[in-house]
Amino acid sequence: MDFVNAIILLLNYIIVPALSYGSQLALGAIFVTLIYGILRFANFATGDMMSFGTMFAVLLTWYFQSLGISLGVLPTALLTIPFAIIMMILYMLTIDKFVFSYYRMKKSPSVMLAMVSIGVMFVTQAIVRIIIGPFDRRFFDGERFILKANEFKEMTGLNEGLTVKSTQVLTIIITAIVVSILFWFLNKTKTGKSMRAYSDNEDLALLSGIDPKRVVMITWMIAGILATIGGVLYGLDKSFKPFTYFNNMLPIFAAAIVGGIGNPFGAFLGGYVIAFSEIFITYAYKKFFMYVLPESMEPNSLIQLLSTDYKFAVSFSILVIVLLFRPSGIFKGKVL
Amino acid sequence: MKQYANVVTAYLIMIGLIILVGVFQSWNIALAILNFCLISAVMTMGANIQWGYAGLINFGIMGFTALGGLAAVLISVPPVKEAWQVGGLSMLFCLVIIVLIVFSVRYVLKNFKNAKRKNIYVAAIIIAGLIILRIISGPAIDSIEAVEPAKTGFLGGLGLPIIFSWIAGAFFAAGLAYIIGKVALGLRADYLAIATLLISEIVIAVIKHEDWLARGVKNVIGLKRPVPYEVDLQSEQWFINLVAKWNSGTLDLISTTTEKQAALAQLVIESSSVFVKLCYSGLFIIVVAILLIVTQKALYSPWGRMMRAIRDNEEAANAMGKNVVKQHLLIFVLGSAIVGIAGAMMVTHDGLFTPGSYRPLRYTFLIWVMVIIGGSGNNFGAVLGGFAVWFLWIEAAPIALFLINFFTYSLAETNAFKLHLIESVPYFRFLMMGIGLLLIMRYRPKGILPEKIIKQ
Repeated sequence: MDFVNAIILLLNYIIVPALSYGSQLALGAIFVTLIYGILRFANFATGDMMSFGTMFAVLLTWYFQSLGISLGVLPTALLTIPFAIIMMILYMLTIDKFVFSYYRMKKSPSVMLAMVSIGVMFVTQAIVRIIIGPFDRRFFDGERFILKANEFKEMTGLNEGLTVKSTQVLTIIITAIVVSILFWFLNKTKTGKSMRAYSDNEDLALLSGIDPKRVVMITWMIAGILATIGGVLYGLDKSFKPFTYFNNMLPIFAAAIVGGIGNPFGAFLGGYVIAFSEIFITYAYKKFFMYVLPESMEPNSLIQLLSTDYKFAVSFSILVIVLLFRPSGIFKGKVL
Repeated sequence: MKQYANVVTAYLIMIGLIILVGVFQSWNIALAILNFCLISAVMTMGANIQWGYAGLINFGIMGFTALGGLAAVLISVPPVKEAWQVGGLSMLFCLVIIVLIVFSVRYVLKNFKNAKRKNIYVAAIIIAGLIILRIISGPAIDSIEAVEPAKTGFLGGLGLPIIFSWIAGAFFAAGLAYIIGKVALGLRADYLAIATLLISEIVIAVIKHEDWLARGVKNVIGLKRPVPYEVDLQSEQWFINLVAKWNSGTLDLISTTTEKQAALAQLVIESSSVFVKLCYSGLFIIVVAILLIVTQKALYSPWGRMMRAIRDNEEAANAMGKNVVKQHLLIFVLGSAIVGIAGAMMVTHDGLFTPGSYRPLRYTFLIWVMVIIGGSGNNFGAVLGGFAVWFLWIEAAPIALFLINFFTYSLAETNAFKLHLIESVPYFRFLMMGIGLLLIMRYRPKGILPEKIIKQ
């Protein structure tokens, strides 16, 4: 029985939260990786673009709520995602037309484009803050929990409770759907193949008649979908605050690089690697060992490898180690 | 002289703008802006050395600034004797262990050939070292932080004049830069940018959460100043006389003695803070001038030519027998050291160290905007960029307010849209920075004052 308790403990505090956080990171990381693989620059505006898309979802959610439209037990925000995605794609295409395309035509070095993306970051941040303000916004409605700790305890008769938030389940399911569609699209459709070809070798792709404008446009569209869904899911799970989204850029970058930048599947796994390592290393295992070990060997200290203050630092250290020893990422394989 | 015409004009405009602020807002604000312009100028010079001279991207400026600030705390705060008694010895012992770890890792790296086994040994040494450190430092840290946690709770510093910290800050930053440079400079440009950005976040995390070092997010306040305090000045006879002499014109207009006395007292209070700021400006100008002379000399020396050669064509420079890796490391360390000076200067000016306020937007990306707008590769350009961007950063809110009122003057005062815009005035600075950066990158990619190669 103690052993089952220990497993439930890990599930409750490590595996479920890490899976949902990892999914949110994974969506962002695929976004970074796609932009890097096809447009060939590190997009420092990632976090702010995600907050731009989420902002529309928040505003529309409020509007729908005032109209009385809701999805019952599910959050209303899910209904607003398609509209938010459209706005996000329009914004991205506008930015691309007026800012990025010029440097692409001139074949500027990728560093230059990264600098330009910093300008875009400033502008996007300003727009988001001017429209919705810098404050913490909650826009979740519907049923909060699928499984409450108390109910679980009564149901199973165990000591440890298991809490599953509906947002966590939603995050995992929606990520699974989106990512499967994306990989199907990249691997099986003609457009997806042309994107991969363009990322692999631009000149050869041009020679074989692939239209670069179309590839770029589709990349931004996919990026818009990923950014908005990732941002909304994060906002539903925690809350929407522009500054947090800006900061989320850092673990997202870490995930993309750990997975090998330019490699979507790597980025997908990278998100979970970062999330799990953050939570694994900063969790206090005292209670876990109390269940697993016999009474005489029970630990006195918290058995915490690092204090939770260093949560971010953990993922960044992993990234630095990966960069030093395997700059191409831990997952080998074909790029894009 | 003619080739400097645009430099001189640009600087005159900048000084004119600051004087305008002094006339229309107040001299206190103008001098505060000037001081921060000077600090920003030092930071941009550091970044410009790395980016403009050698083409290295350092997005870790925030980390080096914070280390400079940490130096200011560790140099100027008097040591907390009690804390040293309860935990000082263990902390020193930890330092010895860290040195031992570093040397044993180096030994393993040098003397073992088998790559796989080498990695295992290095990992084993580091993990074992960390566990030992944890065991020794844990109780020591707890007891140090328990010493009057509301006031101290840290080891304190050396109790030296704070001005020494400007040099110490440079060394702190240089030390970190050496480590980062050793491991990360081989990375491709954008990887280096991301790696330094994340490393600087790690530095901030450590400073924030290691309370025994500099009180972490509890902040260190009331650092000793290198210049007089306002309160002391206000009671000094020579200062009162100076103020009376300076303002004799206005004072003579007042007839009664009591009113004159009251007016003088008011003037003394106002001018004391202006005087203090002027002292800071003097100190900062000295630093900026020294750095400008040195960097300018370096730029036109054979070493500067070599750096440009390495930047423009690494392979060719390598083929000519220049040690690219070594020079990159050198310039990374030098540039970071200058940023460290600026960090120490900033904490000296503020008189407090607040690790929570170090954010990448303000301390990394804004500095980069300064470098790009000012003109990379040109020291005068970098300094000008620091001035112009900082000026805009501060004055963006009043400018935005003016523009909003101008364009919405037909709307009623209670119009929801207008009120919303006025409420979000502080965020227009981001918009201005972003648009400014995008416009400069598009239409003047070399900055306001582009790099100029003078043939000798």
